[in-house]
Amino acid sequence: MRPAYSVVFLTTLIGAGQGLFVAAFMAEAVARLAGESVPTTFLVRASIGIVALGAGGLVASFFHLGRPERAWRSAAMWRTSWLSREVIALPAFIALAAAYGLLHARGHGGTFLVGLLALAACIALFTCTAMIYACIRFLQEWASPLTFVNFVLMGCASGFTLAAALAAWQAPALLAPFTTGAIALTLAALVSRVASLKRNARLQPRSTTQSAIGARGPDAVQKSRGFTGGSFNTREFFHGVGAPGMRAILAAFLALAFVVPVALIVAGRDGAGPWLALAFAVQYTGLVAERWYFLADARHPQNLYYQSVA
Amino acid sequence: MDTSAPRTQAKTTTCYMCACRCGIRVHLRDGEVRYIDGNPDHPLNHGVICAKGASGIMKQYSPARLTQPLRRKAGAERGAGELEPISWDEAMSMLTDRLARIRASDPSRFALFTGRDQMQALTGLFARQFGTPNYAAHGGFCSVNMAAGMIYTIGGSFWEFGGPDLDHAKLFVMVGTAEDHHSNPLKIALSKFKRSGGKFISINPVRTGYSAIADEWIPIRPGTDGALLLALTHELVATGLIDREFVARCTNAGYLVDLDEASERHGLPMRDAAREVEFPLYPQNHWWWDEATDRAVPAHATDATPRLDGEFMLEGKRVKPAFALLEERLRECTPEWAEAITGIPAVRIRRLAHEMGTVARDQAFELPIPWTDAWGTRHDKVIGRPVAFHAMRGLAAHSNGFHAIRSLAILMSLLGTIDRPGGFLHKAPYPRAVPPSAKPPNGPLAVKPNAPLSGPPLGWPAAPEDLFIHEDGRPLRIDKGFSWEYPLAVHGLMHNVIANAWRGDPYPIDTLMIFMANMAWNSSMRPEEARRMLNDKDANGEYRIPFLVVCDAFQSETTAYADLVLPDTTYLERHDVMSLLDRPISEFDGPTDSVRVPVLPPTGQCRPFQEVLVDLASRLGLPAFTNADGTRKYRDYPDFIVRWETEPGSGVGFLSGWRGTAGDRSLKGEPNADQWARYAENNCVHHTKLDPSMQYMRNWNRGYLEFARDMGFRKLDNPLVIQLYSEPLQHFRLAAQGRRPGRQPPEHLRERVAKYCDPLPFYYPPLETQAIDRDAYPLAAVTQRPMAMYHSWDSQNPWLRQIHSHNYLFVNPLTARAQSIDDGGWMWAESPWGRVRCMARYSEAVEPGTVWTWNAIGKAPGAWRLAPDADEAERGFLLNHLITDELPQGGARISNSDPVTGQAGWYDVRVRIRRAGADEPEMTAPAFAPMPALPGTRSRTPAWIAYFAGRKKST
Amino acid sequence: MTQLALVIDLNVCVGCHACVTSCKEWNTSGDAGSLADLMPYGKDPSGTFFNRVQTFEVGHYPETQTVHFPKSCLHCEDPPCVPVCPTGASYKRAEDGIVLVDYDKCIGCKYCAWACPYGARELDAKQKVMKKCTLCVDRIYDEKLPERDRKPACVLACPTSARLFGDVHDPESEVSRAIRERGGYALMPEWETRPANQYLPRRESAPCDPPTPSSSSPR
Ligand SMILES: Nc1nc2c(c(=O)[nH]1)N[C@H]1C(S)=C(S)[C@@H](COP(=O)(O)OP(=O)(O)OC[C@H]3O[C@@H](n4cnc5c(=O)[nH]c(N)nc54)[C@H](O)[C@@H]3O)O[C@H]1N2
Ligand SMILES: Nc1nc2c(c(=O)[nH]1)N[C@H]1C(S)=C(S)[C@@H](COP(=O)(O)OP(=O)(O)OC[C@H]3O[C@@H](n4cnc5c(=O)[nH]c(N)nc54)[C@H](O)[C@@H]3O)O[C@H]1N2
Ligand code: SF4
Ligand code: SF4
Ligand code: SF4
Ligand code: SF4
Ligand code: SF4
Ligand SMILES: [Mo]
Repeated sequence: MRPAYSVVFLTTLIGAGQGLFVAAFMAEAVARLAGESVPTTFLVRASIGIVALGAGGLVASFFHLGRPERAWRSAAMWRTSWLSREVIALPAFIALAAAYGLLHARGHGGTFLVGLLALAACIALFTCTAMIYACIRFLQEWASPLTFVNFVLMGCASGFTLAAALAAWQAPALLAPFTTGAIALTLAALVSRVASLKRNARLQPRSTTQSAIGARGPDAVQKSRGFTGGSFNTREFFHGVGAPGMRAILAAFLALAFVVPVALIVAGRDGAGPWLALAFAVQYTGLVAERWYFLADARHPQNLYYQSVA
Repeated sequence: MDTSAPRTQAKTTTCYMCACRCGIRVHLRDGEVRYIDGNPDHPLNHGVICAKGASGIMKQYSPARLTQPLRRKAGAERGAGELEPISWDEAMSMLTDRLARIRASDPSRFALFTGRDQMQALTGLFARQFGTPNYAAHGGFCSVNMAAGMIYTIGGSFWEFGGPDLDHAKLFVMVGTAEDHHSNPLKIALSKFKRSGGKFISINPVRTGYSAIADEWIPIRPGTDGALLLALTHELVATGLIDREFVARCTNAGYLVDLDEASERHGLPMRDAAREVEFPLYPQNHWWWDEATDRAVPAHATDATPRLDGEFMLEGKRVKPAFALLEERLRECTPEWAEAITGIPAVRIRRLAHEMGTVARDQAFELPIPWTDAWGTRHDKVIGRPVAFHAMRGLAAHSNGFHAIRSLAILMSLLGTIDRPGGFLHKAPYPRAVPPSAKPPNGPLAVKPNAPLSGPPLGWPAAPEDLFIHEDGRPLRIDKGFSWEYPLAVHGLMHNVIANAWRGDPYPIDTLMIFMANMAWNSSMRPEEARRMLNDKDANGEYRIPFLVVCDAFQSETTAYADLVLPDTTYLERHDVMSLLDRPISEFDGPTDSVRVPVLPPTGQCRPFQEVLVDLASRLGLPAFTNADGTRKYRDYPDFIVRWETEPGSGVGFLSGWRGTAGDRSLKGEPNADQWARYAENNCVHHTKLDPSMQYMRNWNRGYLEFARDMGFRKLDNPLVIQLYSEPLQHFRLAAQGRRPGRQPPEHLRERVAKYCDPLPFYYPPLETQAIDRDAYPLAAVTQRPMAMYHSWDSQNPWLRQIHSHNYLFVNPLTARAQSIDDGGWMWAESPWGRVRCMARYSEAVEPGTVWTWNAIGKAPGAWRLAPDADEAERGFLLNHLITDELPQGGARISNSDPVTGQAGWYDVRVRIRRAGADEPEMTAPAFAPMPALPGTRSRTPAWIAYFAGRKKST
Repeated sequence: MTQLALVIDLNVCVGCHACVTSCKEWNTSGDAGSLADLMPYGKDPSGTFFNRVQTFEVGHYPETQTVHFPKSCLHCEDPPCVPVCPTGASYKRAEDGIVLVDYDKCIGCKYCAWACPYGARELDAKQKVMKKCTLCVDRIYDEKLPERDRKPACVLACPTSARLFGDVHDPESEVSRAIRERGGYALMPEWETRPANQYLPRRESAPCDPPTPSSSSPR
């Protein structure tokens, strides 16, 4: 597939936002259990960050549409379409996160309840986003539980890294849990991402030129796709990056999204805010590369029909 | 819905996105073309349409349309495309003055050559009336071998004159055909044939298009079909799988041939001087040797059966039946011999021959149709032999094509499939005499100032006396047609006109008028040379070809070289006729002609070339176009079409339908003023269905022969005996051997004429193969017609060019890998005459000794109003750069054409291929300077279009 | 329940592209129109087409089969492209099984195109909405057209009548019979989209004799 940057930013931004929320809300939850409290400023600032990231993702998503002015229509088919469901889940999550921050800011009660609802929305959103890809059965690289696991772990990892950075300023007490969490989640994400890479490398495409045209012989080869210029099908489904390029991008995101951030977090463990901020910036960049790779990596069966010009 | 809303209307006319001429319905909405579909009530295409026909909209609204007459700017170079608009009045008077001057001095200094049109009855008449012999259409570089090879044998031919009867055939063998003129009808017939269980065999070095759906594909090396066909005939004769009775009665197989070495009629059939003959032009006074009575009897005697073998004495001379001579010729032509030449295994050749022979014999059938033959014998049935053939340029476009096609015609004749159900069927006005009676002018006196030509410029020579030469043998036509170099050049040699005129050989000309031909590009061999010659000046700075007039509808490559450009209408904007006097759309079962009527107003100042010719002829006062008092005779082209007759009062004119003052006569009758209206009301077509008794065996069918004479298809009604053994060719050979009184070829041509004017078919390697180092150029290179493109003219059609915006050279992987050329990689193809850089495409569907590409896809930058960096200019290429129009011969040069007919040897070119260097630009070569937009074409072409006819939907 | 569809006979298709351009000309001025063409006179021209005719080669010389392969929306009975559509612009008609796009609802998110394994959908570059074969729904029910013309443009155009049109749920229809008798098959059965369009295979051809290696040229 040819990755759309709108989609890359949508999924990475909201992922980080969701992760940040999970971090913040878990902090509050754990604190409540321990009868302690989390500094409000932290929770408010975090909420602002969550809303900003969510909104950023929302904005990015509009760039994906041919007819953005009609975007409102896209909630209609929530019964069948994961995309439609995401369209509902995302604003819901943003709204609840905003309410969560607002309640804290105003010092109202009920934050925990709203937080629980936001958490539900957050999980729903993770599910929708992942399922948009995982539900297309013939995009075999995507059609796997690992897609969901990866989206969750990477979102949370980047969220926790950001939370740690914030904590360095706002809530030093939370540094330890957040950095440990960030490191743990990043390593977990690495493991599951590598697992999905391994799986995809082993994949046997179920569709072949034979099944595409129903040819008897084993050695069917396309000579002409039927036109010599371009078409939507040749633009949308081919990323046009050669194997070496893909390998470079793979190496880059493994380093930037996982290895380097862990090192930086370790470096900033004892409160060096800049290091942690840098860790998030690097990790986010890495995740952008990862998401690009994730999208590009899928070999669409339609491409069998667009192999040769003559 | 818009198809029905009152603002939409449908008009019928005839398509001209190609020469097939299907009936179409043009649906208009608010005066714009909504869509074009096939006319279900049309006999040719029965409602279907093709990729081109369905894209007519984009042709009509093309930005490359020429919309006003143009003149080359004073001082501008030809080819620079610097032209300026002028008015029609200026253009016409400029032209009239010039042509009048030429006509008053030496009419042959005006040359008129036309390309893809099918209005040769009019253009030919104009040339004849003007008095110039220098006229021809594209046939010479197209498929004249097909026409000549078959018409000189059976009096009819494939192409537009006859075809395979797939309704009755069981076995269909297609040789060297990709698309052909009979585009939709052949496709319709082919699928019907396959679905009714017929077996379809394709003989072709390449497997695409039709060949793709063949039940059997027989790859063959280009230029070797003659050998295959002779070997097949050898097998049929050897195994006795021939229709002896048909061969004996309907061909000249039994004619006794004079073998007396001393005789000046050596090798000619003996004639009975004593017998009085019905048709002096085609005297039927030959001899047979009767089997029963074992003596010579008049040929075709109803009670006799001719011996086809043996040797006899007649009038004191050694004689043999023509068939015996053919048999001797075939003796050497074994399948093993052919295998070495064609690459087709001998076993397969044997099996193929056996299959043809047994299907023709064992699956023969009868139609209960009574008819009477030319010799008066009544028959109560017609016999069908269900083996049909079709062939086109794969056979024709070689310098050995004439004899290859003669071989095919003879094979078909021996199988007994000529004008019989299930075999080959003629289309009116064919069959014609073998050869037809029309002759070209035959000497310098034919051309006189201010006078029409003595006869039609083109004809059918039967002997050296019919050649159009000076007494010393020098050619009299600018293209050297009908000279000793190409005695049977029945369609002329358009591909040599530019070079000859440039060289002033045989003589210089003043004005060259080109209509509907892109001679500066895809219809020239070595277009770079042609372009140089068109732009070349002599010592005193005058152009070697002083005046060039181009009539075209689009900004072709050639328009850049014109001194005067006449903007034509499109097929949707003009009247036009597909006349029985020319190349009609006749069906097997009867004469059919059709017309075009305007469905849209002309664009800009466009004027139909038909109108221009009638106007020009009137201004020049050409007799046929002027009244006795010198006034203009015809108001316009439609008026001319209605009123003109072959002879005053003949009742035969351009159109066969609704003749007679009451409009109730077909084929023959007084002119009818309402004729156009009747055609318009009747799907623009008129079909005369022949009585079944006249639908078959027409070469020898008395009823039909008389009908054809009465309707003016022919002058006589003599039987058209198949010439297995060609008398005309033997006349030329005798002259070359100096055995015959009268005209003799110049010394340097004696050997050539004697060799190639062989009364019996034979195989020889193409002239080019003989002239070059074969091992240095190991591969044959050919082109094919893409079904979705018409020559050069569809590159300005956005829908069609998306299918073929550039082309690849198809190479068998074995061949490509041997040169380490990658699939899709850049490569060079080099011939002794030129080289092109292009992209390779591996293909398992091409014979490894052959490479091929689609024809006419590459374009000069800027031409056709395409962007200079369009695919056509940067990645598309012409094979023409590799093909030569002339071959070295001794010190001199000779046209790269068939030595009998002058057919251009397009498919004889041989090449070597190599990988292009990594440092080379990924661009086709040779490259050409961009061509500017001509005035009147759309100055800026849009970056996108979203065509929607008429007012937008209110949604 | 009716399921209209095309059945394409690869045994007679000669790859002429008549179905391609007649589809384009009908639809660009029809309900689905206009269909944009980018760079119509320039480099890499590209446009919206509902039907493409492709060429494949099967086997090795000289046993090569050249297969011309027309491809348009297959109007799947279980169309993955429909449920994924967030707006409901993509839908499958209950009455005749035609899969359509409502161009007024479509937001051009391309998700349905991702969800079509056959590459049958094309986003119109100018209108920015998803388009595809409509089975000429604006022809086949048009009472004002003569009965004979109430068929898809590509079907009427096809010179070899390789394109059969009808109800594949009616066992007696021409298309159902063709599928039964000629071994009609579906594309990419592995995805269980149950395409309504089916293809009729090539009739097996006679094998050829061993070729003699092609020498350099005719002797
Ligand atoms: N390499 C190679 N070269 C070949 C061939 C081949 O097989 N291989 N084939 C040869 C053969 S058989 C032929 S017939 C020639 C054909 O070659 P040409 O005779 O040159 O035919 P086209 O290129 O189709 O078009 C000629 C001109 O007709 C113009 N035209 C189109 N419509 C109209 C109209 O309505 N009115 C007027 N006045 N002009 C119009 C076009 O703009 C174009 O400039 O090519 C020959 N060249
Ligand atoms: N769509 C479309 N239709 C057209 C035209 C067009 O440009 N486009 N042009 C029209 C014109 S002007 C003409 S003359 C006709 C020509 O009609 P065709 O003769 O069908 O046209 P070509 O493409 O020249 O086909 C030549 C075929 O012969 C094969 N061939 C080449 N050399 C040999 C050989 O030595 N032996 C054998 N057995 N086969 C050989 C080639 O592979 C090719 O398949 O088409 C007409 N119809
Ligand atoms: S075959 Fe030729 S005449 Fe017939 S529809 Fe196609 S382009 Fe027109
Ligand atoms: S129109 Fe018919 S024959 Fe031509 S490509 Fe389409 S399906 Fe094949
Ligand atoms: S072919 Fe593609 S677009 Fe058409 S119905 Fe099937 S899945 Fe949908
Ligand atoms: S592109 Fe249009 S039809 Fe396709 S899924 Fe999006 S909204 Fe639906
Ligand atoms: S059915 Fe109509 S829309 Fe579909 S491919 Fe054929 S012509 Fe195009
Ligand atoms: Mo031609």
